Amino acid sequence: MSVMQAKLVLLGDMGAGKSSLVLRFVKGQFFDYQESTIGAAFLTQCVAVNDATVKFEIWDTAGQERYHSLAPMYYRGAAAAIIVYDISSQSSFARAKSWVKELQRQGNASLVMALAGNKADLSAEKREVEASEAEAYAEENGLFFMETSAKTAANVNDLFYEIARKLPRTAAPSTPAPGVVLDSRRGAQTKSACC
Amino acid sequence: MDQDYDAIILGTGLKECLLAGLLSVEGMKILHMDRNSYYGGESASLNLRQLWEKFRPGEPEPTHYGRWQDWAFDMVPKFMMGNGLLVRTLVHTSVHNYLQFKAVDGSYVVKGGKTYKVPATDMDALKSSLMGMFEKRRARSFFMYVQDYDETKPDTTKGHNLNVMTSRELFAKFGLQDGTVEFIGHALALNVDDAYLDRPALKMVKAVKLYEESLARFNTGSPYIYPLYGLGELPQGFARLSAVYGGTYMLAKPDVEVTYDPETKRATGVTSEGESARAKFVVGDPSYFPGKTRRIGRVVRAICILSHPIPNCGDAHSVQIILPQAQTGRQSDMYVFGCSWAHNVCAKGKYLAFVSTTVETANPHLEIEPGLALLGASPFVLFFINVTDVMTPIADGKEDGCFISAGYDATTHFESTVLDVLDMYTRITGKTLDLSEKDPAAAAAER
Repeated sequence: MSVMQAKLVLLGDMGAGKSSLVLRFVKGQFFDYQESTIGAAFLTQCVAVNDATVKFEIWDTAGQERYHSLAPMYYRGAAAAIIVYDISSQSSFARAKSWVKELQRQGNASLVMALAGNKADLSAEKREVEASEAEAYAEENGLFFMETSAKTAANVNDLFYEIARKLPRTAAPSTPAPGVVLDSRRGAQTKSACC
Repeated sequence: MDQDYDAIILGTGLKECLLAGLLSVEGMKILHMDRNSYYGGESASLNLRQLWEKFRPGEPEPTHYGRWQDWAFDMVPKFMMGNGLLVRTLVHTSVHNYLQFKAVDGSYVVKGGKTYKVPATDMDALKSSLMGMFEKRRARSFFMYVQDYDETKPDTTKGHNLNVMTSRELFAKFGLQDGTVEFIGHALALNVDDAYLDRPALKMVKAVKLYEESLARFNTGSPYIYPLYGLGELPQGFARLSAVYGGTYMLAKPDVEVTYDPETKRATGVTSEGESARAKFVVGDPSYFPGKTRRIGRVVRAICILSHPIPNCGDAHSVQIILPQAQTGRQSDMYVFGCSWAHNVCAKGKYLAFVSTTVETANPHLEIEPGLALLGASPFVLFFINVTDVMTPIADGKEDGCFISAGYDATTHFESTVLDVLDMYTRITGKTLDLSEKDPAAAAAER
């Protein structure tokens, strides 16, 4: 089976649950009080779909979105993006929309974009964003949408599986032309680390 | 913002971001700010829109060059030595994982109005048309001496004490002609002028060794590598390292200013937009510390867009051409850098070229003409000439708590850039950074 590497970036408001989603997906863990950064460069996790294995290289913002200081480097070569908002915060949904705009401005036509309404486990009275509203917005903008809960794990694996399924199979998105590997010894190790 | 930090860093140039990364990994609490809305400060790579904002304020960027996002113009064009300090720093910190690199296709030198490929090894020297038959043999024995040379093994030094013997004396021992000395000193050891000739030869020999090791490391046409999307990716990569270790980033703070204790005159922190932050010390580029730096020179850089590769370099997509000072009747060397869409720095089918040198007269735009002449006939559009002052701090920062980086010199690579950062790191922490060994924090983050 072929293994395809894909850079995936997370975007969204502080506290929407970006890191929690990643931790749930990669390590199966959840903490009520997640530190603002996950303290790692990026995490990797594989997803098997029918015809291939997708190895996600998952980038967290490391808090750089906070004061509008996310570097362009962050989006470079990304094959997929998850834009996360908190269903109990209308303002985080508004921020999510501006992230979608920012991504569209980058003009990467093959980017797979997912909108995740996180904290779906919260009680109905806390909800500020209706699923139907987000669904309509996602449809309009060519995103696919899911409500997730990093806490209960609801829909988390499905979200990543769906992205893996939607990734274009032909073009390897992240690595153009022959490059040089600065630390070739380590490069070889990372390749065999998973999958 | 209204908090106490270990260090506040001003300006997101490569040097500042590198320090931010290193200090954050040490466990320091860092606030990093920039007056601009983009990363990179002096050493940024600007896209077409940002380039226009800088050089033609008020004018919209042209649309016939394709998407403005697809361009990356280095404000301080340099290449990375394959085995140099910057590559070692990238691997040491694991920041190389964030970036992609490609080799630079070729390295050339101008002699007598012609462009030659730079011979760097004993085998190359034998093939090169730069030298006559007998000179080739002498050059070959010099290269073999350099390749074998090892400070710690007395039998490889052939009795020459290179801490005392000057480069001029060493070249004389091998009977090398002036033309050969010129390309060894300028195209291989990459000295910007001839001052090295009368200094101990050790530094020159090590520089030639670095060139050879770099050439061998990736086994391509030059000792250089260059990141995809331009050099501006480097500060962004180190800033991400700092952020991953808890560093706070604030861009677009045009009014940020250092605050000082009125009595001790020591830096206490910064203010911006009515807020203030305190820190044990402040780090930054010279532009944030008026009155605390002095000018040591000026560098002129021309930024050009070409529709063809630079001529006489085998249609290479990325090249460096060195014009040694004697070839242009100047005191310092001139450098031409070329790259293309192969490194994702411009629209498809286009090439970027930069000509840079140390300013020697009152008319820097005339000084770069010999370099521009190498770029070939039109169609080529000369866009901008950027003249910048190279500033250096007056004090070492221990007294006033202001650790200031020096400006970017005209050298073609990053060796002096990283040496300045390592020196600042030592002044700040009292420790020397060992690049030969991976630090435990970076190793831990990888797991």
